[in-house]
Amino acid sequence: MASTPHLDPASAPIIAPGHTFSSVTDKIASIVLARRTPLHWFLGFTIAFSVAQLVLLTIVRLLFWGIGSWGVTVPIGWGFDIINFVWWIGIGHAGTLISAILLLLKQEWRTSINRFAEAMTLFAVVCAAQYPLFHTGRPWIAAYWLLPYPNTMGLWPNFRSPLIWDVFAVTTYASVSAVFWYVGLIPDFATLRDRAKNKLMAMVYGIGSMGWRGSARHWHNYESAYLLLAGLATPLVVSVHTVVSFDFAVGVLPGWHATIFPPYFVAGAIYAGFAMVLTLAIPLRAWYGLKDFITDRHLDNMAKVMLATGLIVAYGYAMEAFFAWYSASSWEIFMIRNRMFGPYGHMYWALILCNVVAPNTLWVPRLRHSHAWLFFISLVVSVGMWLERYVIIVTSLHRDFLPSSWGMYQGTVWDWSFFIGTIGLFVTLLYLFVRFLPAISMFEMKTILPGARVEEHHS
Amino acid sequence: MSTEAFVPLSELRRRAADSGGTAGQRRYWKSLDELANSPGFTEFLHREFPHNASEWQDPAGRRDFMRLMGASVALAGLTACTRQPEEKIVPYVKSPEAMVPGRALYFATAVSDHGYAKGVLVESHEGRPTKIEGNPEHPSSLGKSDLHTQAEILGLYDPDRSQALKQRGEIRPWGAFLSAMRTAMEAQKAIGGEGFRILTGTVTSPTLIAQIEELLAGLPKAKWYGWEPTGRDNVRAGAKLAFGQAAEPVYALQDADVIVALDADFLATGPASVRLLNEFSRRRKVEAGPLNRLYVVESFPTATGSVAEHRRAVKPSEVEAVARAIAAGLGLATTAASGPHAKWVAALVADLQAHAGRSLVIAGDHQPAAVHALAHAINEKLGNVAKTVRYVPAATSAQVHEGTAALAELSAELEAGKVDVLVVVGSNPVYTAPAELEFPRRILKAFTLVHAGLHEDETGELASWHVPLAHELESWSDLRSEDGTVSIVQPLIAPLYSAAHSAHDVLGAFSTHQDHKAYDRVREYWRDRLGPDFEKAWRKAVHDGVIAGQAPAPLSLTVQAGDWMQATAKPVSGLEVAFRPDPTVDDGRFANNGWLQELPKPMTKVTWENVVHLSPKTAEAMGLHPGKQTARGLEADVVEVILGGKAVRGPAWIVPGHADDTVTLTLGYGRTRAGRVGDGIGYDAYTLRTSAGMSSAPGVAVRKTGQSVLVAGTQDHWTIEAHVEAGNRHLVRAFTADEYAKDPGAVQKLGHEPAASMTMFPPHKYEGHAWGMTIDLTSCVGCNACVVACQAENNIPVVGKEQVAFGREMQWLRVDRYYEGAVDDPGYHHQPVPCMHCENAPCEQVCPVAATVHSDEGLNDMVYNRCVGTRYCSNNCPYKVRRFNFYLYQDWETPSLKLMRNPDVSIRSRGVMEKCTYCVQRINKVRIDARNDGRDIRDGEIQTACQQACPAEAIAFGDVNDPKSKVSQLKATQRNYGILTDLNTRPRTTYLAEIRNPNPALKSGGRSDSSHG
Repeated sequence: MASTPHLDPASAPIIAPGHTFSSVTDKIASIVLARRTPLHWFLGFTIAFSVAQLVLLTIVRLLFWGIGSWGVTVPIGWGFDIINFVWWIGIGHAGTLISAILLLLKQEWRTSINRFAEAMTLFAVVCAAQYPLFHTGRPWIAAYWLLPYPNTMGLWPNFRSPLIWDVFAVTTYASVSAVFWYVGLIPDFATLRDRAKNKLMAMVYGIGSMGWRGSARHWHNYESAYLLLAGLATPLVVSVHTVVSFDFAVGVLPGWHATIFPPYFVAGAIYAGFAMVLTLAIPLRAWYGLKDFITDRHLDNMAKVMLATGLIVAYGYAMEAFFAWYSASSWEIFMIRNRMFGPYGHMYWALILCNVVAPNTLWVPRLRHSHAWLFFISLVVSVGMWLERYVIIVTSLHRDFLPSSWGMYQGTVWDWSFFIGTIGLFVTLLYLFVRFLPAISMFEMKTILPGARVEEHHS
Repeated sequence: MSTEAFVPLSELRRRAADSGGTAGQRRYWKSLDELANSPGFTEFLHREFPHNASEWQDPAGRRDFMRLMGASVALAGLTACTRQPEEKIVPYVKSPEAMVPGRALYFATAVSDHGYAKGVLVESHEGRPTKIEGNPEHPSSLGKSDLHTQAEILGLYDPDRSQALKQRGEIRPWGAFLSAMRTAMEAQKAIGGEGFRILTGTVTSPTLIAQIEELLAGLPKAKWYGWEPTGRDNVRAGAKLAFGQAAEPVYALQDADVIVALDADFLATGPASVRLLNEFSRRRKVEAGPLNRLYVVESFPTATGSVAEHRRAVKPSEVEAVARAIAAGLGLATTAASGPHAKWVAALVADLQAHAGRSLVIAGDHQPAAVHALAHAINEKLGNVAKTVRYVPAATSAQVHEGTAALAELSAELEAGKVDVLVVVGSNPVYTAPAELEFPRRILKAFTLVHAGLHEDETGELASWHVPLAHELESWSDLRSEDGTVSIVQPLIAPLYSAAHSAHDVLGAFSTHQDHKAYDRVREYWRDRLGPDFEKAWRKAVHDGVIAGQAPAPLSLTVQAGDWMQATAKPVSGLEVAFRPDPTVDDGRFANNGWLQELPKPMTKVTWENVVHLSPKTAEAMGLHPGKQTARGLEADVVEVILGGKAVRGPAWIVPGHADDTVTLTLGYGRTRAGRVGDGIGYDAYTLRTSAGMSSAPGVAVRKTGQSVLVAGTQDHWTIEAHVEAGNRHLVRAFTADEYAKDPGAVQKLGHEPAASMTMFPPHKYEGHAWGMTIDLTSCVGCNACVVACQAENNIPVVGKEQVAFGREMQWLRVDRYYEGAVDDPGYHHQPVPCMHCENAPCEQVCPVAATVHSDEGLNDMVYNRCVGTRYCSNNCPYKVRRFNFYLYQDWETPSLKLMRNPDVSIRSRGVMEKCTYCVQRINKVRIDARNDGRDIRDGEIQTACQQACPAEAIAFGDVNDPKSKVSQLKATQRNYGILTDLNTRPRTTYLAEIRNPNPALKSGGRSDSSHG
C-alpha cells in the first residue's frame, strides 16, 4: 500500500490509507453518536429552519387567497412552480444514479458518497413535490383527484395527459428512492444500535435496524435485495426526467414540442445532481473531517461526470437551435430568436454562460482539482440549470401563437419566498440527516478497505 | 281592465314603498321582505279568488304582479346568508300563464342612450331581469344591441346605487320631500316660477315632456334647461342652421354605396349606432351583393374609422375644411382651401358624384353646427334626401334650452342668485359642465338644489335634497328613439331600493298631482293618442315594445343658405386637444360599471382608465416612448396636458393612425362620486373643457413629467414585432374586393392544414348535431358589444385593474386588434376570438383529470367542478382563450349581484379554469324545447350571446353537420379559414376573410399590402 500522498487525484485511492474497520466505524458513527452537538450545527440548523418557515407562510397564504399571489398569469400559466419542480427533481437524479447505476457498474468510489447523495435525492423530491401539489388552484382536491382511485362516478384521470404520467413517475421515484435509502441504512442502524450510549437511542436505532444481527444469512439476503432494488431504481434514473420532459414535449408549444427533450432533460438532471452533490460534499468533508473517505479522487470523478453531462446538455442547446432552423418551421424559428434576443434574452445568455461556458473550465486539471473552484462551478451549474428551466418554460409561453395574447412574466415576492423556503427546507433536512444518521455508509466503506480484500483472498 | 281595477296593486306598491319611511337606511332586501310580508300584500297573495281576476287576462297587470311576487320571493331567500329567515312560501294559487319556474320570460321595453330609446327585450328569471337583448321589432335595435345596453343590467344591480332619499345627508322619507317641495312651490307659484329651474339630460319621453311642459305652463317664468356633455344638441343646432328648424337626420345605410363620415363614429357611438351598424354591415356581406365604401375623416381612430376603406387622419380643426372642400367640389358655394387632402377629396367627390342618390355624408355628433349644415347641404346636392337620409322632428321639447350657451345662462343665473329651486334630474352638471361655468361652486347658490339620480354623484353630494332615481328597468315611462319611434318603458322588477322614484315621480312632486304614479301618468298621456280601443292598443304597445303608428312622418326640408356657407374659423396651428366620450364609460355615466371599466377600449385595448392619446410622430417629437410591456402591466410615460392654465396628468399613449399635432383626451374619468368602481381612476378631462372648446381646442401644451405609470392593457402595446408576426401568421386575412374576385382561393392558400388522419387518437364521431361558428371579419367593426354580452350571459367576473395589468382578465371572448402597414396611416383589423372548440383540442389531451372534454356534438366542454387548476390546458391552448380564477374573482357576497346572475350558468370559484362554452346553456334550452315539441332544432334557433348582440351580424352559429345551415354555407365559401390550422387543431370556429372595397383611384393607406394578414 502506497503511503505517499498522491499528486494526481485521478489515481488517488478512494479511501485514505491507514484506516481499519474500527477506525471507519468510529469516525462515521462518532458524528451521530456524539453527545454534544457542535455549535456550528445549531447555528446552521437554526438559519435553515427559519428559512424553511417561508414554505409554511407561502402555503398558508396560498390556501387562503389563491395562487394569484404568484406571478403566473395567462399566457404564462406555469412559472416558478414548475421551474422549481423540475429543478428539484433534476437535482435528485444524481443520488439515484450514484446509488443504483454506479453500483451495478461496480464503481467502488461511489460508496462514500451514495448515502448522502440518496438522502439528497429524497429531500429534493420532498421539495419538488410541494410545487405540483400547491401550484394547482385547488390543492385540497388535486392531492387525490390525479390518482386513479375507484369511485362511484366511474371517473378516472385522463391517461393521455403527461401530468398523470408525472404523478406515477414521481411517486414511484419517491417511494423507490426512500426504500432503497432505508434498506441501505439497515446494517448501519444496527451498528448505531450497538454503539448507542443510551437506551432511547438504542431503541430508536434498534427499530430502524429491523432486527439486523449481521448473520451470513442476513448478509446474503441483504445483498440480493439491495442489488434488486438497484436494478429497480436504475430505469427510474432515466424514466422520471423523461416523463417530466413529456410535460413539455407533448405540448404543442414551440420551444416545448421537441423530441430531443427526454435525453436532454435526463442529462441535465444528472448534471444538476452532480453539481448539487459537489456543493454538499465539499463543505461536508471539510466540516466533519471526512476527507479520508470523500477523497480528492471522488471530487475529481464527480467533476468529470459533471463535465460530461454538461457537454451533453450543451449539445442539447445546440440541437434546439439547429432544429429550429433546420425544421424551417416559422414557429420554431421565431421561438428560438425570441429566446435568444427577445425580452428574456439575458436569461438565455446567462444560462449559456452558466451551463456551457463555466463547466468547460473543468477541462483544466488545475482548476478541476481546486476545491474552491469546483465548489463555485457547482453553484454556477445549479443556477444555470434553474435558468434553463426558466428559459424553457417562460420564453416558450410568453410569446406563443397569437401575438395578441403575448405577455410577460416575473416571479413575485411569494414565488421567491416559496423557492427560498424549499431551499431552507432542503438544508434543514440535510442538517437533521447529518446529525442523526450516518452520512457515509459504514458497512460499505469497510468493503473497500484493503483488509476486506485480503480476507477475500485468504478465504 | 280599467285603471280603477288596477289601483289595489299600485296602491299596494305605493304603500309598500312608503311604509319604509326611513327605509332607505335599511338593506334593500329587508324592505322587500317587508313588502312581501306587508298585510295587504300577503292578503292579496292568499286570496283564492282575487277581486281583480281580470288582471290575469291582462298581460301588463299579470306581469306586474309576477314581477313583484317573483322579486320578493327571490329576495326572501337572500337572508339565508345571515340568519335563518322567516320564510313564507307562497304558492301560486293559480299558476300564472306562461310562468314556468326555471324558464326565462322576455319583456319588451326600452333603455335610453343619452335620452334616446333603444328597444330591448329583457330576460327575466322568476322576476329578476338578468340579461338585456335587442328587441327585433324595434326599428332602432332590430334585435341587436350595443355594449352599453348589454352592460345596463349591471347598472340596475350596481350595489353603489343611491339607496336613500336624503336632505343634506340626512335620510328622509318621501313624504318629507313632497311636503318640502309643496312649500317651495307655493312660494314659486306666487312669483310665476321666477326662481324655478329644471335641468335634465336629453328628454325624449313624450309623457315626461308633457309633464314638464304642463308644469312650466303654470309657472310662466320658470325655465327648463337640457344638458348632455356629449349629446346631440349640435345635431339639432346644425339642422336649425341649415333648415331653419330643429330636426334630426335619420340615415338609411342600406341604400348607401358610398358613405363619408366627417369625424363621425356612427357605427359605434350614438343612439342610432346599433341600427346604423346593422344596415351598414348588410352592405358588407360579400356573398350577398356589392360592397359599400366608407371614407372617414377623423382625428382619433374610432371603430368606424378602423373599417373605412379610406381613412384620413386630420386635426379636429381641419374637419370643417375637409367638409367645405367636399362641398366646394360638389359645386356648393362655400370657401374651400386646397390643402394636403386635395387629391383625396377630389377622388372622394368623384366617387360621391358617381353615386349621387346612393351616397351619404354623416357629420359627427360633436362637430360644430356648421359642419352638420354642410353635410345636409351636400346630401341635398347629391339627391340623397329621402333616399339615404330623411329628417324627422326633434324628439326633444321645443321648450328646453339646451347646449352650452343655455347652460352658461343657467350658470349666470345661479351666480346672480336668481335660482331658488333647481331641480336636476338625471344629469350631473357639477362633474360634466364646462369648466369655466364653475358649477361646483355656483350650483350651491341655488337656495334649494334637488338632485335625482341613480347615484349620489358629484351633484347629488352638493344637493339639498337627493332623491334616488329608479332605474329604467324599475319604472314606467316612455321613450322616443332617434328615428321617432316611441316605446313604452315597463318595469321588470320593483325598485330594488324602496326610496327610489322615477323621474315622473320626482318632477311630479313640483306639480299639483304629487301622488300620481308614473304608470298612471304614462297611461294618461297615451289614453287619447292610441286610438279608440285604448286598452287593446296599450297592451299591444307594452307587449311589442313599440307603439305602432307613432313614428313621425319625415319632414320635407330644404337647405337655406346662410353665413355658415362661408368659413369663419381660422386655421389653427400648433397642438390641439380633442375631447371625446370614452368608448366604454362614455361621458362618465358608466364609470361605476365594472364590465365597462374592464372592457378593453376598442382601439387602444386599455382598461380601467383613460390615457392621453397621441400620434406616433407627435409622441416622437416630444420624446415619448411607446409603453413598455412588463409583467406588471404596460409602463407608460406620464404627461401633463395643459390648457388655459389648467392641467391634467395621464399616461401618454401612442395610437397609430392618430392625427399629428393633436392630443385626444377622453371624458368620463377622474370621478370622485361615481361609486366604488369608478372613483379616483384616470384623469378628469372636463377640467380642461370649456364652452369655447367643447370638442376640441387649440393652444394646448403637453409636458413630460419624467414619471411613468403602469397601465392595464389587454393586448401588447404597439410593438413592431407583434405586428410583423401577426402578419406572418396570417391570422387576419384581408383582401380587396378586386383581389378576391380575381383569386377567391387566395384566402385559403395562406393556410395549411395537415391531413385529418395525422393524429394518434381516433376521430370523434358526430351522429347528431355538430356545432360550429363563423365570424365574418368583413362585418366586424370591433365595437365590443359581443364581449359585454358574453360577460352578462356567462356570469363572468370583473377582476380589477391590477389583475388585468397582470394579464388575468376573465372575458371569454376578446377582440384582437391588429395594425397593418405604415405606423402613421395603418390599416386596422379586428378579430373576435372565442374558444375555437377544436376537433383535436390540445387542451383536452393534457388535462390530467379530464376536466375539459369533447362532447358528442363537438363542444369542448369545461367541467368546472372537476378542474383542479393545473393550467396545463391554458398553456397548451394555441389560441389562449382559457381564463383562470387565480383568486376568488367572483363576488359571492353582494346581494344585488346575486340577483343579476344568469341562473343557467354556474358561478366559478377560485382555482378553476373557464372559457367560452358556445353558450351551451342556450343550446340545451333550445334542445329541450325542440324535444318537447317533438321536432328537430331549427337552423338559427340557437343564438349564442355574442351572436345575438352583434349589430353587424358578423357571427353565425349552427349545425355544421347540416349542409343547409347558414353556418355550413358560410364555411363552404372560399372566404372561410381557420387560424393556426397547421397545428392540426381543426378549429370549429372559423373566420371569413376581410374584404374591402377601396376606390381604385386612391391608394388605400395601410391596406396597400392586403395579403398581409
